Parts: sequence; C-alpha cells; structure tokens
Amino acid sequence: MFLLLAILIPVLGFFACMTLFRRNSSTAFTAALAASGTTLLAALALIPAVAQNPTRLSQAIDINWIPYPPIHFSIGADGLSLWLIAATALLTLIAVLSSAKRDASFLAWLLLLEAGIIGVFSAQDLFLFYVFFELTLVPCLFLMGRYGKDSGRATSTGATVRFFIYTFAGSVLMLAAIVYLFLKSGTFDFQNIMAQMAAGSFRLSPAEQMPLFLAFFLAFAVKTPLFPFHAWQADAYATAPSPLGIMMAGLMGKLGTYGLLRFCLPLFPNAARDCAGWIDALAIIAILYGALVAIVQPNLKRLLAFSSLSHLGFIVLGVFSFHQNGLDGAAYQMVCHAITTGALFLLAGYLEDRKSSSEIASFGGVATSAPWLATAFLIAALASSGLPALNNFVGEFLILQGVAFTGFPAAAAAAVGVILSAVYLLWSYQRIFLGPKPEAATADLSGTETLAVAPLLLLMIVMGVWSGGFLPLQSAVNSKILQQTKMNVEFRVETPAPTPNPEARNGN
Amino acid sequence: MATSMMPNALDLLRFLPEVILAFFAIAIMLWESSYDDHGTRPGMPTLALIGLALAAVASMIAGDNPGSAFHDMLVVDSFATFFRLLVLGVGALTVLTASPFLRKLNAEGGEFYSLLLLSILGQSLMAASNELIMVFIGLEISSISSYVLAGYLRDDKRSNESALKYFLLGSFATGFFLYGIAWIFGLTGATNFTRIAAVLGNPDIAPDLVFTSIAAALILVGLCFKISAFPFQSWAPDVYQGAPTPVSAFLSAAPKAAAFAILLRIFFIAFEPLSDRWLPLLGAVALLTMIVGNFAALWQTDIKRLLGYSAIANAGYILVAVAAHSSLGVSAVLFYLAAYSLMNAGAFAVLSMRPETAIEDYNGLAARQPATAALMTVFVASLIGLPLTAGFFGKFYIFKSAIDAELYWLAALGLLSSAVAAFYYVRILVAMYMKPVAADAPALEAPAASLQAVLWLSAAATIGFGVFPGWLLDWATRSSALLR
Repeated sequence: MFLLLAILIPVLGFFACMTLFRRNSSTAFTAALAASGTTLLAALALIPAVAQNPTRLSQAIDINWIPYPPIHFSIGADGLSLWLIAATALLTLIAVLSSAKRDASFLAWLLLLEAGIIGVFSAQDLFLFYVFFELTLVPCLFLMGRYGKDSGRATSTGATVRFFIYTFAGSVLMLAAIVYLFLKSGTFDFQNIMAQMAAGSFRLSPAEQMPLFLAFFLAFAVKTPLFPFHAWQADAYATAPSPLGIMMAGLMGKLGTYGLLRFCLPLFPNAARDCAGWIDALAIIAILYGALVAIVQPNLKRLLAFSSLSHLGFIVLGVFSFHQNGLDGAAYQMVCHAITTGALFLLAGYLEDRKSSSEIASFGGVATSAPWLATAFLIAALASSGLPALNNFVGEFLILQGVAFTGFPAAAAAAVGVILSAVYLLWSYQRIFLGPKPEAATADLSGTETLAVAPLLLLMIVMGVWSGGFLPLQSAVNSKILQQTKMNVEFRVETPAPTPNPEARNGN
Repeated sequence: MATSMMPNALDLLRFLPEVILAFFAIAIMLWESSYDDHGTRPGMPTLALIGLALAAVASMIAGDNPGSAFHDMLVVDSFATFFRLLVLGVGALTVLTASPFLRKLNAEGGEFYSLLLLSILGQSLMAASNELIMVFIGLEISSISSYVLAGYLRDDKRSNESALKYFLLGSFATGFFLYGIAWIFGLTGATNFTRIAAVLGNPDIAPDLVFTSIAAALILVGLCFKISAFPFQSWAPDVYQGAPTPVSAFLSAAPKAAAFAILLRIFFIAFEPLSDRWLPLLGAVALLTMIVGNFAALWQTDIKRLLGYSAIANAGYILVAVAAHSSLGVSAVLFYLAAYSLMNAGAFAVLSMRPETAIEDYNGLAARQPATAALMTVFVASLIGLPLTAGFFGKFYIFKSAIDAELYWLAALGLLSSAVAAFYYVRILVAMYMKPVAADAPALEAPAASLQAVLWLSAAATIGFGVFPGWLLDWATRSSALLR
C-alpha cells in the first residue's frame, strides 16, 4: 500500500499542480512540497517490511491492467529497490524545495518524474517497467526544453532533443525483446519468468540470449550513460535547470544500472557473461575518459556530468564482475552516487543562482564570504572522490574488490579513476572557493538551502560509517541474482550424430 | 429464377448504411438549393452528422444480422461493421472540423458535405464487398468524391494542384486495379473472393502461377497506391499539403482504412492460396514504406507535409501487421487504424485552426493557446508512440504480431524507424513549447465549439485507449476472424 502511495501521490500532485493550482505558484509549491514529503514518508514506511525479508517482494500489488496480452500493474519493493526508492523520494523533495521560485507546471513535471522513477524501481511486470521507463522521458522533455538555460555552445533545445532521441531510440528495441520474452514464456511477469527459469520449464538458448541481451543493454547503456553512448549527457546536464539536474544526474542514470543488475544479469546470464569482457572495457574507458575530460572542463555542471560518466562506469564494472562484492558495491554505489551527485548538483545550482553562471572561472575566493557553502561543497566533493569514512568509499572499495577477484588489471585501471576524481573535484574546489577574496561578496547558504543540503551531507557520513545499516538488504538480493546467473548456464551433453545407414546412403 | 433476383428485406437491411448515406447526400444538396440567400444556409453539417449517425446505427443493426447480401456480392460480418463504423467516425470528425474551417473561408457549400458522404458511402461499400466488382464500384465512388474534395477550394492554386495530382495518379492506379480484376476473371472465371480462392487453391484447375502472380501484382499496385505504400507513395505529401486541411485529415484516414480493408479481404481470402508468394513482397514493401516515410519526413518544414510523410510511415507500420499474416496481425491492423484515425484527426484539427502551416508558425503556441498546445502534445505523443497513448498500444500490437510471426528483422527495423520518427515529431513539440513567439505572429482566434469537441474527443479517446486498450482490442479481435 505504501509503495502504491509512493507512486500515486506524486501523480495526484502532478494533476493538482497542472489544473487546480496552475495560476497560483505559491500554493502549487506548498502542494508539491506536501506531495513529495508524503511520498518520502511512504517510501520510508517500506523499510520495516523489506528489512524482515529483503529478497521477498514487499508491498507487492498485482492488478490486472490489460486482459490480453496479460499485462499487470504489478509493483513491489525488495532490498535492491528500497534504498533507490527512498533516495528518489528524498532527492525529489530536495529538488522541489529548491524550486520555490518556479511556476506550477515546473513543480508538476518534477512530481511526475518522481512517480516515473519510483515506478521503474518497483515495476515487476516487464511491460510496466518499459512504460515507466519511457514515461520518465516526458517530464524531462518539458523540464529541459522549457526551463533549461543555454550554456555556452549548447542550446537547451538542442540538448533536449538529443537527450530525447538518444534515450527513446535506445529503448525501442527493448520493447521488442520484452515481447519476445512474453511470446516464449507466456508472461510479462518478471518473477514468473524467473520461476519458470528456475524450474527449467523456460530456457533461452545462448543464441537467443545474445540479441535480447543487447537490446536490453542498449537501452540501459544509453540511459546510464555508458561510453560511447554519452554524447547526450554533458549538454543535457549543463543546460537542465538545477532541480532537474539533481534528479537527472542523481537518479536517471541509476535507471540504467538498476536495469542491468535487475534484468540483464538474471534473464540473460550466458550472454551477460559472454559480453562482460568488452563491457568491462567500455566501463574502464568511461571511468578514465570521463575523469580526464572532467579535469579540463571550464564549466562546473559539465565537470559534474563527466564525473558522473566516470562514476557510473564504476557501477557498470561492478555489475559485470559477477562477484558478490562487485554486485554489492554496485548496488551500494547507486544509492551513494545519487546522494553525492545530487548534493553536488544542488550546490552547483546554488552557485549558479549567485553568479548566474556555472563557469568555474567566474568564481574564486567564495569561501571567505560563504564558508558554509564551501564546507558543504568540500564534504560532497570529498565523498564523491571516495574519501574513507564517507559513503562513496564503501561502494567503490567493494566494486574494486569484486573486480580484483575476477580480473586484477581491470581493477588497477579503474583505481586510477579514483585518483583522477580527487584531482578534478579538489581542483575545482580550489578554483571556486579559494584564492583571493573577490570584491563582491557571495551570499552564504540561506535557511532553506541549508535545510535542503543538510540531510544529504548527513547521509554521506552515515552511509560512510554505518554501511551495515544499508548494505545487507541489497546484499541479500544480490546473492540471489548471482545465483540466478548461474542456474541457467546450459549443460549440453554431446551426443554423437546418428550415423546414417551406409546402405541407405549408397541408395541401395 | 426471376423472383430470386429481387432483393429481400435482409439484403436491404445489410445495405441500409449505404442507402442512408446516399439519401442524406442528396438531401443536403436539395436542402441547400432551397435557400436563395448565399450567406445563410444553416443546417448542412447537422444534416451530414445526422446522416452519419443514422448510418452508424444502421451498420450496428446490420452487424447484428451478419450474412451476405445480393447474392454474395456483399458480406456483412464483424470485419465489415468495424470498418463501416470506423469510416463513419472519421467522417463525423471531418464534418466537425470542416464546418468552422469552411465558414471562415466563406466557402461552406452543400456539395462539400454531399461529396464527403458519398466518399464514405464508397468506403463503406468497399468494407462490405465480397467480390472484385463491388470493390471496384466502392473504390470509384470513394475516389472520385475524394478527388473533388481535395480540390474543393477552387480559387486556391495548391488545392487545385492537389486535386489534379490525386486524380491523375489515382485514376492510373485504378486502371491497374481494374486490369488486375480483368485478369483474375479471365483466369479463374470468378470475381467472388471465396470462389477465386477455391480455384487458386485447387491444383487441378488452378491457372498458371505466372499469370496469377501478374494479376495479383496488378491488384497490389492499385492498392499500394491507395494506401500510399512504397513505391507508390509520392503523391501523398503533395496531396495532403495542398488539400483543405480537414480534407487532408479525411484522406489520410478513411480511404486508407477502406483500402486496407479490401487489401486484407483480397489477399487473405482470395489470394490466400498464394500467400507464401506475396508475403515476402509485402514485408519488403512494409519496411521500405516505413523507411521512406520516416526519413523523408525529417527534412520537412511544413507541418501538413510532415504529417503527409508520417501518414506514409504509418501505412508502413500497418503493413507490418498485414505481413504478419495472422489473426493477431489483423486485429493489430484494426486497432492501429482506429488509433491512427483518432490521433491524426486531432492533429489535423489543430492545423485547421489557421492558414499558416510552417513549423515556425507554431512557435510559442503553448504560451498563446496552452490548451490547444497541450491537446496537440497528446496527438504528437501518440504518433511518436509514447506509453499511455493509443498510438503506443497500436505499435505494440503491430510489432508484437510481427515478432509472433517470427519477422524479427522487420520488427526490429520498424521499431528503429519509429525512433527516427520521434525526431521529426519532437520538432513540433519543440516549436510549441520551447521556441519564442515570433514578433509579427498573426493573432489567433479561439477554436470554434465543434472544433473543440473534435480536439477534446480525440484526445480523450487517444489517452483512454492508451490506458485501457482492452475494449478496443477486444472489438478489433472479434472483428478480425478473417483467417479461418
């Protein structure tokens, strides 16, 4: 029930802001705040049930939606999706909180985006998953296109169209793959398909798996994005309005990595293992390339975009390590990256509000007049670069460990990315906040701004020192997934081809 | 024997929709001439709507008494009823859109509504025909009225060009079609679909395969022209761009739906024995039609023309479901035609509100007419195929039927080409929502009541069938029992 509420309340909020409160943006703001706040409470209310048995679906709801083909509105939360849902609700609340000056339709689209993202994380019917996955595009289209700001050469319209086309084109083939799965297994229900696979009544041959895996992989790789599908990312993040930036950078990328972990691995284990080699290579390229490009970015938001590319490379690497630690690290890192990148984009938005530019060169010496802003940014930057005792360290460490078990050179190459991330984040900190005191003072964090950023900073520390409170739930699901990737591996008994009767062959 | 040639009551009942349409087409002309004053001639759209509504009721009654009429020349089954109601519905939406459009141009005349009803009569006849001569008569009634409708604004150069092009190429295609009929009659001695199939399916009496293939190809050429399939698609954008906007909406939906109806009937019944011959061809035509339509649309700057190419691409999608050659595919065809008619009528209704048709003219529409822009967004989203719209489920059922028939490449390439399509459709959204209004943009009038009705009705149905497609799909499935 709480899970359904977590999807329904934002949808209701969307309709309320679009119709009732259309003319009155302050009422709309209150309503949006209330809606996203209630959603967060609903998301938090999921915790006890999931904690009891993280591998079982809690709050599962299964309603017949379309009779034929049998499509169900089937949702549920387990240990893997729980923290992602909670992070979505939290980041949306913060995004709404930092949109006090925006109009009603902006708030409405933010809420619809929240509903879509929570829907993706909780959908148990593959068709429903696709519907939610595509639905997240619509709010992004309007938020980016209508409220985006041109940034340097990148126009917001161009960035919007490119984002839309990339992600739409990437996912159409996934629909075909889902239909194929349905025709072979007779159901869209993911749990049902997995049960059939476990029972051996439904099996995909390796030759079938490969195109299906690639169709899913393409959709997720574009969404994440993974090198070389990242061309839409930097412009999109740079031109997106800051509240949307928080949600896109913090959450949208996770839709891709979540999909890889949740669906690609257990559904197509043979293909996933076969492809792991080149996917790892792509992930390492993404880590290093993203970090190197981030170093030379003159624009803070673009820097954060490439930093995301680099960090999401870690997650993909962890997913395709096929090792418990790697999977755990990836799952943990998804949540951590949402928190830290969300915080960094939030702070970048605050900086942009103050100087109406996010070019790093336009700042300098901000720390003298805005010490709290500087401290908050420093904590987030350190967390993002993987300082021990902060959250990203846990995730990245586990990923590297998992990868090292399976292929040491890959772990070594990826570890270089950790060093590079410290370089670009600390250097950008230095250029923005340190240096000679500027003539014009920069305002420090206001009350609302502090309120928005404080929970994220707190979570960075809590998740850094008390990973035991979060990780076991994900870990339990991961070990199940890991098991599922093993059980479907085919054993073929080579039987000699029946030798044709020599007499028959001679035509006698 | 002579007495049995007289039509009985059931025959007439099954033919009643056409009778009603003919009656009202004539009544409108008489009604118009009873007014002397050129300016005040009210009631013609109302009469047309009454005629369409009565014909719809008659179709439903006829559908409840299924069977053949006039010695198997017509067959009223659920398939025919679906198409009859579909073209009648498109006709009603067209009347509602056309009335304010024509009034604004001071060009509302009875002949417009008469011709529209006659054209629908032809299509309705096509949907119910059970043999080639009836198909031909229906096709001619529908086409000739459509040619005139395309050129209805006789002082407009583009409208004239549109009509001329449509007429010349259309008659050419009809010629092919008629020639094909002659060949078939010569080869099999029959014009009735089931009898043709019986001859073609019986190896003892089947004519030479080469000749049957030529005959089938001639018929296919004629039909490909009518549904604007590759390589006979080039007329469509010119005609849709030049014709009065409500007529473009009508032409891109109703005649096409009727042509698909007879395509299904001829090929799935009469030429069924040859199916492994024409299926690969149809698959190739479907693929090329999608690709040509979608890629050519990328470069268009005129919305009407863009929707013209989009109509070609949509015909390609429907052909994919035809190529699937299954009852699942047939029901996908019916579902998609209904969904397409709705979203297409809505989109063209938005365009009919003003004379300018360049994409730039729609810059900043969201700021000037937020409701209209939001409704247009629904239609465009449905054309793109975003979830929770009728267009999405239409595409889903089409590509599902293709995957079911193991046409994997066709499904994959079709889906990818529909992703290409997203690019040009999004340009409409970009113009409406993300571009500023031009300084010299002409003032906009609020849409007329009947136009509002069309917009809200089609948008509600587009979303309604997008959230709960079950009912429409049920009906489409019940009506698709063509392959037995």
